[in-house]
Amino acid sequence: MTDTQIFHDSPVDRAFRAKRFSGRLAIYALLILWALICLFPIYWTLTTSFKMAPDVMKGHMVPWVDFTPKWLGWKSLGLSPDTLGDESTVRAEFLKRFSNSAIVSVVSSVLAVVLGSLAAYGLSRFSYKFAWMRNSDISFFFLSQLILPPVVLALPMLVLYKELALLDTRIGLILLYTLSVLPIVIWIMRDQFSSIPTELEEAALVDGLSIWGAFLTIILPIALPGMVAAFILSLVLTWNEYFFAALLTSTHSNTLPVMVASQTGSQGISWWSMAALAWAAILPLIVIGVVLERYIIKGMAAGAVK
Amino acid sequence: MIWGSGAIMLAVAAAQSLQAVGSAGFGFENWRPTLYAYVTWAICLCWGQVLMHGEHGKRTLFVLPAALFVISLTVFPLLFGLIIAFSDWNLSSPDGRQFNGLDNVWQMWADPFYWNAMLNMVWYVLAILVEYAIAFGLALALNAEIRARKFFRVAFLLPLMLSPVAVSWMIGKSMLEPRFGPIARLGRALGWDDPSFFGSPWIAKLTIMLMDAWTFIPFMMIMILAGLQAIPKELNEAAKVDGANGWRAFWEVTFPLMLPVSITAILIRIIFKLKLADIVIAVTSGGPGGATDTVTSFIFREYRDRSNVGYGTLLAMVYLVIIIIAMTLLMKLADRISRPRT
Repeated sequence: MTDTQIFHDSPVDRAFRAKRFSGRLAIYALLILWALICLFPIYWTLTTSFKMAPDVMKGHMVPWVDFTPKWLGWKSLGLSPDTLGDESTVRAEFLKRFSNSAIVSVVSSVLAVVLGSLAAYGLSRFSYKFAWMRNSDISFFFLSQLILPPVVLALPMLVLYKELALLDTRIGLILLYTLSVLPIVIWIMRDQFSSIPTELEEAALVDGLSIWGAFLTIILPIALPGMVAAFILSLVLTWNEYFFAALLTSTHSNTLPVMVASQTGSQGISWWSMAALAWAAILPLIVIGVVLERYIIKGMAAGAVK
Repeated sequence: MIWGSGAIMLAVAAAQSLQAVGSAGFGFENWRPTLYAYVTWAICLCWGQVLMHGEHGKRTLFVLPAALFVISLTVFPLLFGLIIAFSDWNLSSPDGRQFNGLDNVWQMWADPFYWNAMLNMVWYVLAILVEYAIAFGLALALNAEIRARKFFRVAFLLPLMLSPVAVSWMIGKSMLEPRFGPIARLGRALGWDDPSFFGSPWIAKLTIMLMDAWTFIPFMMIMILAGLQAIPKELNEAAKVDGANGWRAFWEVTFPLMLPVSITAILIRIIFKLKLADIVIAVTSGGPGGATDTVTSFIFREYRDRSNVGYGTLLAMVYLVIIIIAMTLLMKLADRISRPRT
C-alpha cells in the first residue's frame, strides 16, 4: 500500500459531484417546501382548536411556547376530557352527523364495489350484445357517467325524491353516492381484472366450477387488492361529498360536511370550536390516508398507465 | 315471469298516475309503491335471464345489475329533467309545475350571471395547465432517488383526502382571514398593506383557484408519478450516453413518453374541475359580484334562494350539453396529439 493515490477524481468528476449535490439539495428543498404547504393548514387547524381568543388574535403558532393549549374548542363540542362524561347536545348532534356520514359512505362504497366489480369482470371477460351495444359501448356508457356533472342530476333528483318520499333519508343519499363513484370503481376494477390471466378460470371451469363459482372462489381473492383500492377511494369521495348532501338532506340524515358548512356561515361561532369541528371531520381521512396510502395511490394510478 | 312482474309494475304505475291526475283514489301517499314495483321487476328480470338463457344468462347477470342501476338513476332523471327544464316550477309556490315553453331559454339568454359563471369555468379550466406544471415538477422530484419517500408521499397525498368543505374553512375562512390569518399576516409582513383575499374579483378568483389546486395537485402528481415509474431507466441512461444533459433528456425523452399519461391526467382533472362547487359555495358563495361563481354553485344558489327548479334544471341541461361537446372535442384533440407520429 502506497500513500499516494493512484486513481484520482478528475476535476470534471468533482464538478459533476458538486452539481449533483446541488441538484439533490434543490430537490429536497422543493419537496420540503411543498410538504410544508400541504401540512401547514392541517397543523394550523389542530393548534387553533386548542387556542383561546387572544392567542388567535396575536397569531401564536407553537403550542407551549407561544400559548398554553386549552380544551376550549373541544369543550364546546363536548369532546374534551372533562366534558366527555356529561350530557352535551352539540356532541349528540356531532355524533349523529358523524354516524350518518359513516353509514352513508360505507354502504354506498360497498354497493359500488360489488356492482362495479361484477360489471367490470363481465366486461373484461365475456362479449355482450344488448341490442346495438357491444362491450366497448357498454364500457363507454358506464365511464361516461364520470362526465355527468352532479348538478344536472341534482334538481330532477330533488323532485323525484320528494315524490318518492326519499328526501332527507340515508337511502336516497346512498343511491346517489353509489352512482357517482360507480364509474371510478368500474375503471379501476376493469384494469385489475384484465391483468389476471384467463387461463385461471378456464382451468377452474374444466374442474367443474360454474362461472360464478370460478369468479367467487378463484378470481375475487386475486383481485382483492384492487377492490380495496377502489373501496378506499370511493369511501374518501363519498365521505367528502357536499353538494348532494346539502341539497337532499335537511335534519335527519345530514352528513358531516353539511354540518361543517352550516357553521361557517354564522359569524357568532368561535374559531376554536370551528377548528375542532373541522379537525374532527377530517381526522378519519387523515388516519385512512396515512395507513392506507399504498392502496389509494394504487387505485389512482390504475387508469394512468395502460 | 319478467312479463308478469313488468305488468304488475305497469299496473301500479298506471294506478299511481291515475291518482296523480285525480280521477281515482287508491290511498297512496307517494310514489313509493311504483318504486317497489320497479325494484321487483328489476330483480325478476335478472333472475329470469338465468332461467331463460342458462349459462349465457349467468354471464349477463354480471353486467345487468349495474346497468339497470345506472339507467334507472341517470337516464330516467335526465328525461324527467328535460320535462321540468321547460316549465316554470317553483317548489315553494302551491301552483306546481306549469309548462312555459321556451321562456326559460330566453331568460337564460339574458342572464348575465349565468354566462359570467360559464366564463369563470373557462378560467378555472385554464388554471389546470399551471397545476399540471407544478404536479409534473413534484412528480419528477419524487421520482428522483430520495430518502423518506414514504413520508413525502403521504404528506403530498393528504390534501386530496380532506373534505373540500373542511378545507374551505381551514384555509379560506381562517388562514386567509384578513386580520388574524397566518397567510394574511405573512402578506402584511411582505409589504401588502391590506391583504383581503376575497375583495377584488381577480384576487378572489385566483384564491379559489389556488385552494382548488392545493386539493387536486396531489391527484395529478400521483398519476404522473405512476407514469414516470413505468418508463424504463435504460431510456434515460441511453440519452445520457448520447450526451444529452438533464434538460434536453427531459424534453426529448421523458416528456414525449409521458404525453399519453399527461393527457389522461389533464382530461380527468378537467372533468373534476367542471364539478367544482363545494369550495365556492362554502367560502365566497359566488362573491364578489359573481366573480368566483362556478356554474354548479350558481345553480345551487338559484335553487336555494329562489327554489326555481325549472330554470335551474334548464341551466344544468345547457351546461351538460356544452360539457359533452367540449369534452368530445378535447378527446378528439387528445387522441390526435397522443397518437405516435409515424
